[in-house]
Amino acid sequence: MQAKIRVQRYDPESSEQPWLQEYDVDAPERYSVLDALVKVREEIDPSLALRCSCRAAICGSCAMRVNDQARLACNTRLSSVVEDGGTVKIEPMGNQRVVKDLVVDLQLFWGKVRAVQPYLQPDAEPGPEEEFIASNESMLNLLTPMGCIMCGACVSDCTALEVDENFLGPAALAKSYRFVADPRDGKSGERLGALNEYGGVWDCARCYMCVEVCPKGVAPMDRIMELRESVMASGAPGTPGSRHVQSFANSVARSGWLDETMLAVDSWGKKNVPKLLSEAPLGIRALRRGKFPMPAFLHHKRPGHRNVRRIFERAEAGKE
Amino acid sequence: MKYAFYPGCVSRGGTPELYTSTMAIAGRLGLELEEIHGASCTGAGVLQEKGQKLGDTLNARTFAMAERMGLTTILNICSTCQGVMAQANHRLLADPDYLAEVNRELAGEGLEYTGRIVIKHLAWAIVEEVGLDALKSLVVAPLRDLKVAPFYGCYILRPSWALGLDENPGREHYLERIIETCGAEPVNFPGRVKCCGFPIMLINERNSMAMVANHTTSARDHGADAMVTPCPLCHLNLDGQQPKAASQRGEKINMPILHLPQMIGMAMGLSRKELGLGRHIVSAKPLLEKASVRV
Repeated sequence: MQAKIRVQRYDPESSEQPWLQEYDVDAPERYSVLDALVKVREEIDPSLALRCSCRAAICGSCAMRVNDQARLACNTRLSSVVEDGGTVKIEPMGNQRVVKDLVVDLQLFWGKVRAVQPYLQPDAEPGPEEEFIASNESMLNLLTPMGCIMCGACVSDCTALEVDENFLGPAALAKSYRFVADPRDGKSGERLGALNEYGGVWDCARCYMCVEVCPKGVAPMDRIMELRESVMASGAPGTPGSRHVQSFANSVARSGWLDETMLAVDSWGKKNVPKLLSEAPLGIRALRRGKFPMPAFLHHKRPGHRNVRRIFERAEAGKE
Repeated sequence: MKYAFYPGCVSRGGTPELYTSTMAIAGRLGLELEEIHGASCTGAGVLQEKGQKLGDTLNARTFAMAERMGLTTILNICSTCQGVMAQANHRLLADPDYLAEVNRELAGEGLEYTGRIVIKHLAWAIVEEVGLDALKSLVVAPLRDLKVAPFYGCYILRPSWALGLDENPGREHYLERIIETCGAEPVNFPGRVKCCGFPIMLINERNSMAMVANHTTSARDHGADAMVTPCPLCHLNLDGQQPKAASQRGEKINMPILHLPQMIGMAMGLSRKELGLGRHIVSAKPLLEKASVRV
C-alpha cells in the first residue's frame, strides 16, 4: 500500500511554528501507524522525533493524534486510518507542550497523577500482622482503572482540560477512583473531599472523549461519574455540581421531566442573590424571544408522573 | 414511516423553535410522528450520576410505552436524549437478567419492555430512511451562498459502542451530507465534535463560556456563516450564552446557530416564522438575508 503520511513537525531550535511534512511510504498491509513512522525515521528522515518502546500496546509510549484523535500508534493499523487518496494525518498529543515533532512534555500528565496521591493509604496503624485481605468481589471493579497504561491519550483529547489546565483530567481521576474504591484504603473521605473542589470531579464536561480514545477500556469518564456518586454519598459539602444533580433528580421525580428554571436556581444556590440578579438580563432577553425561563410554578406535571415517582422511591429504597 | 416521537424536555422549554421547525418539515419528509405521551425525562446523563439503574429504568419505561403504541423506532430531535437512550438500550439488550430486573420495576404500571426498540436521531432517519435524494427533491431554495459549520457535539457520536457507528460508519458525517443536500457548503473546523460546554454551564461557567467562544470563533475563522447542531443543549449554550461568551472573550462573535430542522426548512423554502428563526438570542437575520429566505 502507498500511503501519504502527513506529520506535524516542530523544532523549537529552528522554527517558531509547527508545519506539516508529507512522506510517501510503501507500507505492507500489516503495518501499524508506528511501523510506518519508524520506517520514515529509518529510511527517509532521521530527524523525525517520536517516542515508542514495546510496540505491543503495553508501555503507553506512542500515544499521538491520528486524524485528529488520540491513539496508540502501535495498535492502530495504517490501512484502517488512511483516508481518501491514501493520506493520514499524524500530530502530537493535545493539551500538552510539544518538545519536538511528536514528542510532548509529560510533566502536566504526571503532575496530575501525583496530585491524587496514587498509592494505598491504609488506616490501620499498625497494620495487620500479615497482609490486608480484600475479597475478590471488592476488587473486581478496580480491574478497569488498573488497566491504565498512562499513555496520556485521554488527557490529550479532554475537552475540559483544553479550556482549563487546573482540571485534574481523566487519567488522574480514574487513578483516584482506583484508590477511593479500594476497600483497603483508609483515606477515601479525604480523597473525596479533595475531589469535590474546583478542578475535581465536577469540572468534567461529560463529553465521552476519554472513553472513546482510551486504548485499554478504562473509560475514565465512567469512573468520574462513579466518583461523583461517591462524593454525594460521602456527605461532602454541597457544590453547584452536586446541587445540579440533586435538583435534576428532584424535578424529574416530582413532575416526570426537567424543570430548567429550578435547575439553574438550585445549582447557583437559592440564596445566591447576586448571581440570580446578574442572570436577569439574559432571562428577560430569552422571555422576549419566546424562550424560557418558564416560571417554576408553570412547570406542570407529565401524565403518569406518579409512576415515575415510584421508580425513584424504589431506587432510593434499594440503596438503603 | 411512522415513529414513536420523543421531543425531550428542552424542545418544550428552552428551545421551542426546535419543536416548531421539526413539525414544519416532518410531514414534507414523510415522517409520521406519534408522540409518546407520559414519557419521562431520559436523565440526560445527569440522573445516571445518581445511579445507572434508575436512569435505565426510566428509559425502559419509555421504550415499553413505545412498544405499546405498536412502534419499533423512537425518533429523537435531541442528540443528548438519543445518546442516553441508546446507551440504556444497549445495556438492557446485552443482559437479559438486567432487563428482567428493570422490568420488575415497570410491572406495577403494567409495562414490559421486550427489547424491540431502535433509537434514532432525526438526522439518521433523514439520511437512512427518507434518503438524501428525496430530501434534495424537496429543496426549493438551495442555500447556495451559505457556508455552514456542523457542530455534532458529543452524544450523537460518543460513546461509539452505543451508537452503531461501526456498523454505520457514515453516521459520523451525516450533517455534512445534509448541509450539502440543502445546497450549502460544509465547513470543517476543530470544534466539530467537541463539547459545547452546556453540561458544566451551571457548574463552571468560565470553562463553559470558554468552550462556546472557542467553537464559535473557530467556526467563524474557518469561514462559516452559521453553525448547525442536532442537539438543543448545544443550541442553548452556543446561541443562548454566546453574548456572555463573547464578553468573556472580549470580542464580538455574532455566529448564528441553527437547529438541524431549521436549516432543512430554510432549504425547503419555509418561512422564518414557521421555523422559529426569530427566537434565537443571536439574530439569524444576516444569515437569512444572505440566503435570500423569505423574511
